[in-house]
Amino acid sequence: MGLRELLNGVRWGVHPHDDHKRPAADVPLRVMPLPERLCVPLLQHVGAPALPVVKVGERVLRGQLIAAAQGNVSAPVHSPSSGVISAIGEVTAPHPSGLPFAAITIELDGKDEAGEPLTPQVDPFSLTPAEVSQRIADAGIVGLGGATFPSAPKAQLGLKLSVHTLIINGGECEPYLSSDDSVMRVRADEVIDGVRILMHATGATKALVGIEDNKPEATAAMRKAAEGFASIEIRPVPARYPMGSDRQLVQVLTGKEVPSGARTASIGVLVNNVSTCAAIHRAVRVGEPLYRRIVTVNGGAVAQPGNVLAPIGVLIEDLLRFVGLKETPARLVMGGPMMGVALPHAQVPTVKGCGGILALTAGEITDTAPSACIRCGSCVKACPMGLLPLELSAHIHAGEYDKAEAKGLDDCLACGCCAYVCPSHVPLVQTFYHAKGEVWKRAQQKKRTEFTKGLAQARKERLEREARERVEAAARRKAERAAQQAAAQQAATSASANTAGGASA
Amino acid sequence: MSAQSMILQTVASPHARAGESVSVVMLKVVATLVPATVYGFWLFGSPAFWLWLITIASALAGEAVCLRWAGRDPAPLLKDGSALLTGWLLALSLPPWAPWWIGVVGGLFATTLGKQVFGGLGNNLFNPAMIARIALLVSFPVQMTYWVVPAGAPGLLDGLLITLGHIPVPDAMSSATLLGHAKTDLARGVDLLHTELPGHAFNWVGARVGSLGETSTWLIAAGGVALLTMRIITWHVPVAMLAAIAVPAAIGHAVDPARYIDWTTHLMSGGAMLGAFFIATDYVTSPSTRAGQVVFGLGCGLLTWVIRTYGGYPEGVAFAVLLMNALTPAIDRLIKPRVYGRTFTGKPASVQKGKSK
Repeated sequence: MGLRELLNGVRWGVHPHDDHKRPAADVPLRVMPLPERLCVPLLQHVGAPALPVVKVGERVLRGQLIAAAQGNVSAPVHSPSSGVISAIGEVTAPHPSGLPFAAITIELDGKDEAGEPLTPQVDPFSLTPAEVSQRIADAGIVGLGGATFPSAPKAQLGLKLSVHTLIINGGECEPYLSSDDSVMRVRADEVIDGVRILMHATGATKALVGIEDNKPEATAAMRKAAEGFASIEIRPVPARYPMGSDRQLVQVLTGKEVPSGARTASIGVLVNNVSTCAAIHRAVRVGEPLYRRIVTVNGGAVAQPGNVLAPIGVLIEDLLRFVGLKETPARLVMGGPMMGVALPHAQVPTVKGCGGILALTAGEITDTAPSACIRCGSCVKACPMGLLPLELSAHIHAGEYDKAEAKGLDDCLACGCCAYVCPSHVPLVQTFYHAKGEVWKRAQQKKRTEFTKGLAQARKERLEREARERVEAAARRKAERAAQQAAAQQAATSASANTAGGASA
Repeated sequence: MSAQSMILQTVASPHARAGESVSVVMLKVVATLVPATVYGFWLFGSPAFWLWLITIASALAGEAVCLRWAGRDPAPLLKDGSALLTGWLLALSLPPWAPWWIGVVGGLFATTLGKQVFGGLGNNLFNPAMIARIALLVSFPVQMTYWVVPAGAPGLLDGLLITLGHIPVPDAMSSATLLGHAKTDLARGVDLLHTELPGHAFNWVGARVGSLGETSTWLIAAGGVALLTMRIITWHVPVAMLAAIAVPAAIGHAVDPARYIDWTTHLMSGGAMLGAFFIATDYVTSPSTRAGQVVFGLGCGLLTWVIRTYGGYPEGVAFAVLLMNALTPAIDRLIKPRVYGRTFTGKPASVQKGKSK
């Protein structure tokens, strides 16, 4: 680790004493047997939901397209196994609200019959970057680190903005989670190949793989796999949450900061997760769509915690049945404990971005009623973005959303460091979520008001113009009439004069 | 257990906590004060113990009454330990043989007018213990500067009678503190080279005149180091404050030893150690950023030295801390960390597109 990393890398964030990654991280990867039913959601990515292309009662094969991408930022959805579509309707979303969202339910026949691969096998480096991106898009690859941004538009953006460096995120800083760790240990070659393909697709000349130093096995495996590829560098980074946040990882690996409100591509780097790279390898080399992933199932209530290769769309209850429960969990979380979402119940399907399911006991979630802020500044020290959470929170509570915005509310990652360290247990992240929603709502309101105002203005202008035109038209008509009259009179006078003249002549 | 039957309460992330609560923080601070306090009891005898007890009880009572008036249940809020800590710190800054009503007035003042009128924990602008101490010092200068020589500790009952004012304290037992003695002599025109200070401040056993927490400087400092290792406080405030006392003191003493007290005496006297580790580091009334804390500590230290050297009072820590408390909102407004991806002025950093590295 260089001096720059030492200086830049470790002042922010939190370091939980026990990251709860063991023993789940060290247990060999297990493959989950197929359940009876899968509920494959249509919206598993940022952007527009996919559009179903199958009908109820239709038989589908493994890897078959069941919903097509809609729009530029979207991703298709494929069937994880063979079976019959039993319903296209709503299931509970993996979201605290428990609101329904659209999914395709497949009753599996257990034969797991494979469909045709998406594309013929060719050397990916003989393809053009656009063709590689097309293969990535067809396979429905999205960012598997949790942000679920479709990978193909991201790569195209990188190519357009001519990025020079790929940052490969092997941080996995969330406690409990080890799915990326597992991917790097078991599929290091696939990850490295995915990195090379992605470099080809984006035109980047260099790739830096940042791996937290609490994953020595993964680092070793990746180093071995990257041997012979001089443009790919494996770099251990300090294990400090939120190292897996792209902004923080970019800062530690390159020493550069991503400007506020901008994307990483604006400073010439593109961040991709290691699991995404492995999926890209499969998509481009084998033509295999993204229909399964490694999920960490962990938490005090789990009997056999570990990493499970599970089909996407498996219900959490089936997944938990596979690993077994020691006790009734006090909370189910999709994702890690720092940023994951609490689930309303276990009849919720997994999605592409789901790297972990936690079944936490009451002892693991120490919820205490909040007390007054004592201004201890712990949140300030912990904030990886250099914000003042206590001040933002005070402004929000006073209803001063504009001040909170001016002080960087939009820069907040919602990483949860501030709330994690707060001795008063102030629900800071919740406050910021609320405020962001409120600011958005107000901005929408303002936009609407301005739109209405614009319409009213346009109407007023139109009425004025019409009135003016009427007046002008009237004036014109009057003038014309006057001119006609004058002409007529003139004619009459001259005629009479002529007559007179004639008479006189 | 079947997974289907689970209906769970959903809440926002994070789903984990660092475990420390306000009460734990406060109780850890109190725990680090115990050695110095017990040593003070041993030095000054049971009157000090009774005064300590009365001060803390009054501070808690003041807090409880205010909370009840505000229509809140006092029991859970008293358990946060902040009123206990306030009373404790105030007791450590009082003359050990002060009469009982000093403790009562001080304790009540600290938590009612010093804290609850501002809205309770987290909202007070000034350190409650220090504002109470200053109120007492200004209102009752005689009782607040009546110091006893640490000798002949009376028994529990005799001590109680002394505290309650039933036994007069013999004049022979009283003396000025080190800083007070120096101030008086300088005012009389006796320079420091020709005065006899009552015991050197750089005294490991602390057997000299002073407040309950003043003479056991080493134990206070050890408590402070314990707070640093427990990461309850950071080095910024104490180091800045002690440096800002020591550096001007050392320069002054080097220039004119007859007029300026040396820096070791400054650090070992009055409330320097207690102030640096326990008073100025108060979360509520100090800035929340590291840079702000350094500025705050420097201000506290420098003001302490200035007041001690040029002011009318021999001791200046309490005044210095209160003055800097008043500046805390300004420091917090002016000194902010730079937000990631923004310039120091808060504008988004400029974009350098596709620049090759």
